Amino acid sequence: MEGLYAFCVGLLTACGIFLALRGRSFSVVIGLTLLSYAVNLFLFASGRLKLNAAAVLGQSEQYSDPLPQALVLTAIVIGFAMTAFAVILAMRARADLGNDHVDGTIPTQPNPTARKSGGSQ
Amino acid sequence: MSSLIWLPFLPLLGTLIPLITARLSRTACAFLTAALPALTLFLVLSHAGDIFQGTLFQASIPWIPTIGLELAFRLDGLALLFSILILGIGLLVILYARYYLSAKDSIGKFYAYLILFMFSMLGVVLSDNLIQLWFFWELTSISSFLLISFWGHKTEARKGARMALTVTGAGGLALLSGLLILGNTVGSFSLQDILESGPFIKDSANYPVIVVLILLGAFTKSAQFPFHFWLPNAMAAPTPVSAYLHSATMVKAGIFLMARFYPALADTDLWFLIVSLTGLATFLVGAYIALFQHDLKGLLANSTISHLGLITLLLGMGTDLAAVAAIFHIINHAIFKASLFMAAGIIDHESGSRDMRQLNGLWKYMPYTATLAMVASASMAGVPLMNGFLSKEMFFTETLHQASLGSLSWFIPVLATLGGVFAVAYSTRFIHDVFFNGEPINLPKTPHEPPRYMRVPVEILVALCLLVGIFPSLVVGDLLLAAASATLNGPAPSYNLAIWHGFNFPLLMSFIALVGGLFMYYSRSHLFKFQAQFPTSDPKLIFEGVIQYLSAKASRIISLTENGSLQRYIFFVLAFAVIMTASSLMKLNTTAGQRPEIPLDALSITCAVLLCISALATVIWHRRRVIALLTLSVVGLIVSLAFAQFSAPDLALTQLSVEVVTVILLILALFFLPQTTPKESSPRRVVRDLGLASLIGGVIGTICYALMTRPLDTISTFFTENSKTGGGGTNIVNVILVDFRGFDTLGEITVLGIAALGIYKLIARMRLYMPSSDDNGLAWSEDRHPILLAVISQSLLPLALLVSAYIFLRGHNMPGGGFIAGLITSVAIIQQYVAHGVVWIKTRIKLDYQIMIGSGIGIATLSGLGSWVFGHTFLSSWFDYFYLPVIGKFELASAMAFDLGVFLTVIGATMLILANLGQLTTSERPVQKEHD
Repeated sequence: MEGLYAFCVGLLTACGIFLALRGRSFSVVIGLTLLSYAVNLFLFASGRLKLNAAAVLGQSEQYSDPLPQALVLTAIVIGFAMTAFAVILAMRARADLGNDHVDGTIPTQPNPTARKSGGSQ
Repeated sequence: MSSLIWLPFLPLLGTLIPLITARLSRTACAFLTAALPALTLFLVLSHAGDIFQGTLFQASIPWIPTIGLELAFRLDGLALLFSILILGIGLLVILYARYYLSAKDSIGKFYAYLILFMFSMLGVVLSDNLIQLWFFWELTSISSFLLISFWGHKTEARKGARMALTVTGAGGLALLSGLLILGNTVGSFSLQDILESGPFIKDSANYPVIVVLILLGAFTKSAQFPFHFWLPNAMAAPTPVSAYLHSATMVKAGIFLMARFYPALADTDLWFLIVSLTGLATFLVGAYIALFQHDLKGLLANSTISHLGLITLLLGMGTDLAAVAAIFHIINHAIFKASLFMAAGIIDHESGSRDMRQLNGLWKYMPYTATLAMVASASMAGVPLMNGFLSKEMFFTETLHQASLGSLSWFIPVLATLGGVFAVAYSTRFIHDVFFNGEPINLPKTPHEPPRYMRVPVEILVALCLLVGIFPSLVVGDLLLAAASATLNGPAPSYNLAIWHGFNFPLLMSFIALVGGLFMYYSRSHLFKFQAQFPTSDPKLIFEGVIQYLSAKASRIISLTENGSLQRYIFFVLAFAVIMTASSLMKLNTTAGQRPEIPLDALSITCAVLLCISALATVIWHRRRVIALLTLSVVGLIVSLAFAQFSAPDLALTQLSVEVVTVILLILALFFLPQTTPKESSPRRVVRDLGLASLIGGVIGTICYALMTRPLDTISTFFTENSKTGGGGTNIVNVILVDFRGFDTLGEITVLGIAALGIYKLIARMRLYMPSSDDNGLAWSEDRHPILLAVISQSLLPLALLVSAYIFLRGHNMPGGGFIAGLITSVAIIQQYVAHGVVWIKTRIKLDYQIMIGSGIGIATLSGLGSWVFGHTFLSSWFDYFYLPVIGKFELASAMAFDLGVFLTVIGATMLILANLGQLTTSERPVQKEHD
C-alpha cells in the first residue's frame, strides 16, 4: 500500500510541477492546486498510514498520529486561501496587463497554427 | 565617568535644533545650533586639567558582552586634542557658514548635516571599541557625502560626493576587515586591550594583513597617494564644508587612526616602508600639483594632500620625536588651513570667482582680508614666527635622523626640502597672484570686504597661528604633551618647543626652502610652460570611466541571469531544489525501511488508478480549462477519500468542503479568464519541463516511500495522553488545533483573514471587461436561476446549517470542529448564491463578511486573553462539566469559544472571497446586456 501511495504522491507532484511551469496563469493555478494535494498527502504520510485508527480517544485500540493531521488540516484551509489569492492575482494581472501570461507579456515566438487548433476545440 | 557618554551624543541631539529653528532668523538658527557643540566643548575642556595630569577617562555601557560589543568611550590626550579641534573649528565654521550660505540654501539642512558630521567625528575620536570606532568612521563617510553633495543641483557636487563616498567607503570596508582580524587576533575588541598588546600583535602571523588593511582605511580617508584624487573633487562642496572637512576633521580621521593604533602597529619595518614612503610620495605629489592649480580651492586642496603626506611620513618614521612632530603639525595644519579655506571662501563670495587667472590685485579692495590670508599663508609656507614654521622645523630635524633606508637615507631630507620648496612656491602664489600682480580681470562682482562677523572666525584662527608660533609651549604645550603621550601610550620624549634653536641644519633647510620657493615662483612661467607639455588627465573622468565600466559589466551579468521571465526563474529554483534533495537521497542506502507494509486491497487500487488517470488527464487537457477543472476536482475527491481511508476523518471532511469551494472559485475566475490556453511552449521546453517534473516527482515519491516504511518516532504521545485530561476533548486533532497549538491556529486564521481582505481589495479595483460569450462565440445562457435548484437549495439551507452546528458542537470530541463547520456553512450559503444570484441574496442575507472575519479573530484572541484573568498563560484552556435537567451532563470549555472564532473567520473569509468575486459577474451584467 505504501508503495502505491508514494507513487500517487510522486505522480501528483510531477503533474503539479509540470503545470506550474506553464506560461499561462490558470495552468499555474491548477498546477499549484495539484502540488498542494501532493504536499498535503506527503505531510500526512509522515505520520505513517494506518487503517481504522482515527485519532479519537476511545474509538480504537491504537491511534493514528494526530499531529500531521492537525498540520495538514490547517494547510488545506490556508491552501484554499492561497489558491484564491493566486487566482485573483491572475485575474487582476489580466485586467491590468491585457494578457494572462505569468511574465506579463506574451513571449515573441507565436505559433499561429497551434493557437487556431486550441481555439476551435 | 558617565558624562563622557554624553560628549558625542550632545551634538547628536543638536542635529534636531537647526531643523526646528530653521524658520527663525538665520542668526538665531546659527546661535541655537552652536549651543550644544559649545556646551560639549566646555565639557571636554573641563576634563583637560585632569588629562594633562595623566588621567584617562573611560566609560562603557555593555551591549552584547559575549561578542565584545559595547558602547565604550575614552578621553585621553589624543582624543582631547581632536575633540577640541573638531568642536572648536566646528563652532567657527557654524558662524562662518551663516554669512557664507545664500538665502536660497536651506541653512537648517546644512547645519543638521554639519552637526551630524561633527557627531560622527567625535564618535571616531572618542571610541574605545574597535567596532564602534568603525561604525562612526562609516558615519563620517556618509555624513560627509551629504555635506559635499549639499549643492546637489551641480553635477560636480554629485560626482565629487559620489567619488569621495566610493573611495572612503571602500577604505572603510578594508578597515572593517582589518579591525575584525585585529580583534580576533588579540581576542578583544576593546581599544585598551589592543593598545596594551602591541608586541603580541607585531609578532603574530596576521600582522602584515592587519597593517595593510587598516592602513588602506587610513590612506583612503586621508587622501594619501594613490587615493588622493577624491579630495580635490570634493571641493565642489560649499567652502565652509571644505574648511571643516579638509582642515580639522574628515581627512584627519585617517591620521587619527594611524596615531590611535601607533602603539599597537607602528615601529616595524613593514610599517615604516608603507607609511613613510606613502607619506613622502603624497607630500611631493600634492605639493607639485598644488603649484599648477588655477582654482584657489584646488590649490588649497592639493596643499592639504601634501601636508597630510607630511604628517603620514612623520608617523611612519617610528621615532617618538617624529610622532610628537606629527601631532604638532596636526594642530598647526588644522589652524592655518581652516583659516585659508575661509579666506578663499570670502574671496569667492565677495568677488564671484576662484580662478587665480582672474583674481589679481585684490589688496586694494580687501586689505584686511588680504592681511589675514597672508599671515595664514606664511604659516603654510613655514615662515618663522608662525606655527607652521615650528612643526616644519621639527619635521626637517626628524628627516635628518632617519636611517631606515640605509645608505639611501639622505634621500629623505633632500626630498623633504624639495617639498618645502614647493610649499613656499604655492603659498607665494596664493598671496601674490590673488592680492597683487596687476588688476582683476573680468570679475563678476566688484570685490569688497566681507561682513564684519564673517571675518571673525578667520581672525581667531590667524591669531592662533601667531600665538602658537610665538608662544608655543604656553599655548599648546600641555595639549601637545598629553596627545603625544597618549599616541605613544607611554611618556613622551623630551623636546623643546622654542622658536630659536640656533644656527643648525634644519634652519638651513628652511632657508633653502624659502629661497628656493621664491625663486621657483619667480620662474613660474617656465614651469607652467613645461607642465603644459603633459597631457592633462582628469582623475574624475578616469574614475567615472571605471565606474561606468563596472556598472556596464554588472548589468550585463544581471541580464544574463535575470531576463524578467518568472517562468524561467521558477524553473531554475525548482532545478536547484531537486539537485539539493537528490544529492542527499543518494546517501540513503536502501529505499525501503523495516516497517511492514499494509497489504493492498481492490478498492485502494481502483481509487489510485482513478487518481492517476485524472491527474494525467488534467495535465493532458490543461489547455481546455473547464475539462481540466473537472478532472482536477476528481483528484481532490479521491484525496479526501484517501484521508478517510487512512484514519483521518477530520481531514477528509475538510478536504471535501474545501474542494467544493475551490471548484466554485475557479469556475468563477474562469469566467474572466480565457477558456482555453494557447499552445505556445516549444517542444524543447515541454520535454525539458517534463523531465524536471518527473525528476522532482520521482524524488518526492522516493522520500515519501522511504519515510513511510521506516518506524515512527513521534512526539504525539504527549498529545494523546493529555488530550482528555488537559484539553477536555477526545478528538485529538481538534484539541491540538484549539488548545495545544492554539497559538498557531490563531496565526493561521489571521493569515486567512488577511488573504481574504487582500482579495477583497484586489477585486474592488479590478477593471475587467465582461466576456459576452464563451470562446466559441456562443452567448451565455439567459436562463440564470433554474427554479428546481432554487427550491431545493432553499429547503436544504436549514438542514445544512443544522449539520454544520452539529459538526461544530461535537468537534471537540468527534471528527468536526470550527474549520469544517465553517466550510460547510459557507458551502450552504454559496449554494444559495448559485441558486438565486447575488441580487436575491443581498436583500435576504445581511451578513457583513468583513466584520465576521474581524469578530472571529477577535473572539479567538479574547478567549486566549481570558486565561490571563485567571493567571494562566495566553490561550491556556479551561473546561468543566455541568448538569442541566433534560439535557444531562455537558461540557463547557474555553476552547469552544476559540473554535467559534475559527468558525466565524472561516465563513467570513470564504464568503468574502466568493461573494465578491461572484458579484463581479453580476454587477456589470446590465451594462453587458445593452451590448447584446
